[in-house]
Amino acid sequence: MVYVSSEPGSPVPDLQVTAVKMLVAGGFGVGKTTLVGSVSEIPPLRTEELLTELSRDVDSLAGVEAKTTTTVALDFGRITISPQLVLYLFGTPGQDRFWFMWNELSAGALGAVVLADTRRLDTCFPAVDFFERRGIPFVIGVNCFDGSQQYDIDEVREALDVEGVPVVLCDARLRESCKQVLIALTEHVIKLAVRRQQSSASS
Amino acid sequence: MSRGETWFDEAAGPLVRPYAVTRGRTRGGQADLQMITLVIALQRLTSALSAQLDPEHAQIMSFCQHPKSVAEISAEVHLPLSVVKILIGDLIERRLVTFRSAVTPDLQVLQAVINGIRQL
Ligand SMILES: Nc1nc2c(ncn2[C@@H]2O[C@H](COP(=O)(O)OP(=O)(O)O)[C@@H](O)[C@H]2O)c(=O)[nH]1
Ligand SMILES: [Mg+2]
Repeated sequence: MVYVSSEPGSPVPDLQVTAVKMLVAGGFGVGKTTLVGSVSEIPPLRTEELLTELSRDVDSLAGVEAKTTTTVALDFGRITISPQLVLYLFGTPGQDRFWFMWNELSAGALGAVVLADTRRLDTCFPAVDFFERRGIPFVIGVNCFDGSQQYDIDEVREALDVEGVPVVLCDARLRESCKQVLIALTEHVIKLAVRRQQSSASS
Repeated sequence: MSRGETWFDEAAGPLVRPYAVTRGRTRGGQADLQMITLVIALQRLTSALSAQLDPEHAQIMSFCQHPKSVAEISAEVHLPLSVVKILIGDLIERRLVTFRSAVTPDLQVLQAVINGIRQL
């Protein structure tokens, strides 16, 4: 994202800072946090959001409403590419009941990595559906767990029914491998953006 | 949660009282703050200023001497995103911090992202 000062006239330090956000999605235990940690310059940070509507505690003392609610945690990492450019990587919460978070997470996201484990490919279907329906660019990272059968990239693409989506084999524990996945995603985003520009120029 | 205000309820997960630090307010000012909106302090956190602020506000001021995302602030002060947005809104209203909203990156930025990742 390119940041625009909220108040053009105010004395704002660091005038042009640009940041982008990528998401890392996929089923529980597929390696999302591992991937974020492998490329982040800091150990993954944890933020949380409130899960439920506020409840009014009628028993609270002194007439003060005691707001109680549950939270959902999100892991994220940061890569400072230059003083003017920061990349944030957010792991999406795995469980279905946290879907409400995905809208806020995906707002302004450049794209997403959907991690897939070939032993249980179906766990990434919801993420694939989500990004497809919202037109958010994504790539599939096939996280190669030890002892899992080696799949052909085309077999995975076919099983997921994702024509035209890059599929990359990876090991979420290895920085070099994760870098390749993130590069594949960014190249895919560029390709789609260029294609959009061309089609709007010709129409 | 900080402040030792976490209880555990087996069925519902952890219960928290997140709005204690906002004095019960569940909505903030007008600012449209998103997770990667960057927040930057407009003043140094002097001890005189610190004395006028709630501890959480002071903590945010101190942390945002360099641009920090709303998500990073939330992680730093151990408060949920929606709570931290209210606190940041207070600081915006008092002109102690400013923020920068995100717009879509262009091709040049995307290419810089690729180059940056390669160099990791
Ligand atoms: N063999 C292998 N193990 C992995 C890989 N990625 C993650 N793991 C392990 O799988 C477990 C779950 O990973 P985690 O990142 O917490 O999954 P998350 O729930 O998607 O965030 C951890 O014990 C990781 O060490 C991988 O590429 N190969
Ligand atoms: Mg995780």
